[in-house]
Amino acid sequence: MSTRRTRWGRILVIGIALTMLAAACADDAATTTTAAETTTTTTEATTSTTELAACTVDNLNLVTPGTLTIATGDPAYPPWVTDADGGFNDDPTAKSGFEAGLAYEIAAYLGFSDDQVVWERTGFDEVIVAGPKDWDFNLQQYSITTTRDEVVDFSVPYYVTTQALVVLEGSSYAEATTVDDLKGAKLGAAIGTTSVEFVENVIQPDSPPNVYDENFDVVSAMNAGQIEGLVVDLPTAYYITGSGDVPGSVIAGSFEAAAAAPDDYGLLFADGNPLVECVNQAINALWADGTIDGLIAQWLQQGGGINVITG
Amino acid sequence: MTEQSSVGRFGRGPGLFGPRPRSSLREEGARGALIAFASTVIFIGVAVWLVLTSETWPAVQRQFFNWSNFKEAWPVVATGFWLDIKMFLVAEVLILVIALAVAMIRALRGPAFFPLRVLAITFIDLIRGVPIILLILLLGFGVPALQLPGVPRRELFWGLTALVISYSAYTAEVYRAGIESVRESQRMSARSLGLTQVQTLRYVLVPQAIRNVIPALLNGFVSLQKDVALVFVLGVREGVRSAQIYTASTFNYTSYVVAAVLFLLVSVPVARFTDWYTDRDRRRMQAVGG
Repeated sequence: MSTRRTRWGRILVIGIALTMLAAACADDAATTTTAAETTTTTTEATTSTTELAACTVDNLNLVTPGTLTIATGDPAYPPWVTDADGGFNDDPTAKSGFEAGLAYEIAAYLGFSDDQVVWERTGFDEVIVAGPKDWDFNLQQYSITTTRDEVVDFSVPYYVTTQALVVLEGSSYAEATTVDDLKGAKLGAAIGTTSVEFVENVIQPDSPPNVYDENFDVVSAMNAGQIEGLVVDLPTAYYITGSGDVPGSVIAGSFEAAAAAPDDYGLLFADGNPLVECVNQAINALWADGTIDGLIAQWLQQGGGINVITG
Repeated sequence: MTEQSSVGRFGRGPGLFGPRPRSSLREEGARGALIAFASTVIFIGVAVWLVLTSETWPAVQRQFFNWSNFKEAWPVVATGFWLDIKMFLVAEVLILVIALAVAMIRALRGPAFFPLRVLAITFIDLIRGVPIILLILLLGFGVPALQLPGVPRRELFWGLTALVISYSAYTAEVYRAGIESVRESQRMSARSLGLTQVQTLRYVLVPQAIRNVIPALLNGFVSLQKDVALVFVLGVREGVRSAQIYTASTFNYTSYVVAAVLFLLVSVPVARFTDWYTDRDRRRMQAVGG
């Protein structure tokens, strides 16, 4: 008896597997159409400007009515979320750091008081999975790209940055002036960042870059001598070299815009969330009245004299 | 589908291992098969219906089961997966040797070997008590950061070392179970023939022990074959990490499905082989005993 049962169990499993596979592969054409439609909707949503009257706390599309639920990284890193002195504290309610500060400015613009702002923590994967979200928007240096835009929605950019290379002082790569000088380098970057794509597509080193879970791990690998350089966005590069996270590290240079399109950071929304329109109004207004420039000046070190590495 | 055909399909039919007992079960079997088939169809039908009518299914399909993404991700993930296979092969050989050495040390008797036994037990207890991912991170980032002269720094080296150490501790216990399953009279007979402790282990106990634990060792193979992927935390671009990189740049999870398929392509045959081997071995033992 027992062998027969096992056998039928096996057939059951195989049957389920086959059915799932068939279902999975069915109807590719329909899939493509859906994706295309999504893109169109997104573009419309981003460009349209409805009247401000609709954007009051009562009218907004919120997961918890009356509360703005904002998600950020776990942990959230400086200089985006910091303590009052710009150090690591992983507490956005301190309103310190560029993104924490920006979040409360957007909230204030939309009419939320500080205690109506609630923070959630998310990893990268759960953010992009289809389906409803339990936060209104996600704020952790998401670069806006067209492929990502097919799955989620982005706000207008709230910051534009370039990629930068951090190496140890005295390294031969510290003097690099073009990406060709970096062909022999063993580089590292954190997954989910456009830095990875930048290294692979623009620098194209001879050995592919190591890819880590977090910038923190990239720093560990640098300290362990496993990589010769790390690529991050420029503000993070300033933080890594300035904080002593990697002793003896310097910014070898930032990559000029010609080498790669600059990175536009946007707030990330669930696909089709109408809230994006109101938040876009807020961000545009905060750019226009100089609030965002003020936050940049306050939290993102902009020291001069950085080498420019050209394509 | 009849029972007969399923028997043929899985190669377990009568004849291969001698005639099977045929009884009145056969008639009952046909009816049972029918019920099993019907319930299977209903079960799968309901499951598929639930999935396909789910509101977010189109989005899920687009993100997880997209054929064009599948084709695009396959070569990238397969390249990374090849590294998994190589890591697995290297690690497995080392594990089998080191674990056996540890188990043999632990099996030595007599007060003279006490310090060695304590060492072996301490090693097994400590390593088995630490999550494997912690071991990988500690060795992978920690040891190279000490910057000791002459000590390798490569992440792949330390990732593999962590895997080998961890799995050796578990596998040593598998061997030990095997050694202890050999009858005490075997050890005593060997000793009375004048064999030393080490000779007794080497020529009498271990050969019998290994045969007893081969299914358990194969089970470890399957486990290790998946766990090698854990070295991705050190930045190593093996299969899972390659899939993640694809997902991160496209926001599409189909590459994870690609990775899963690749792992299944290796682990399912190993699992089937383990079952087949265990069955065969049991039959042989029964034939000898009965």
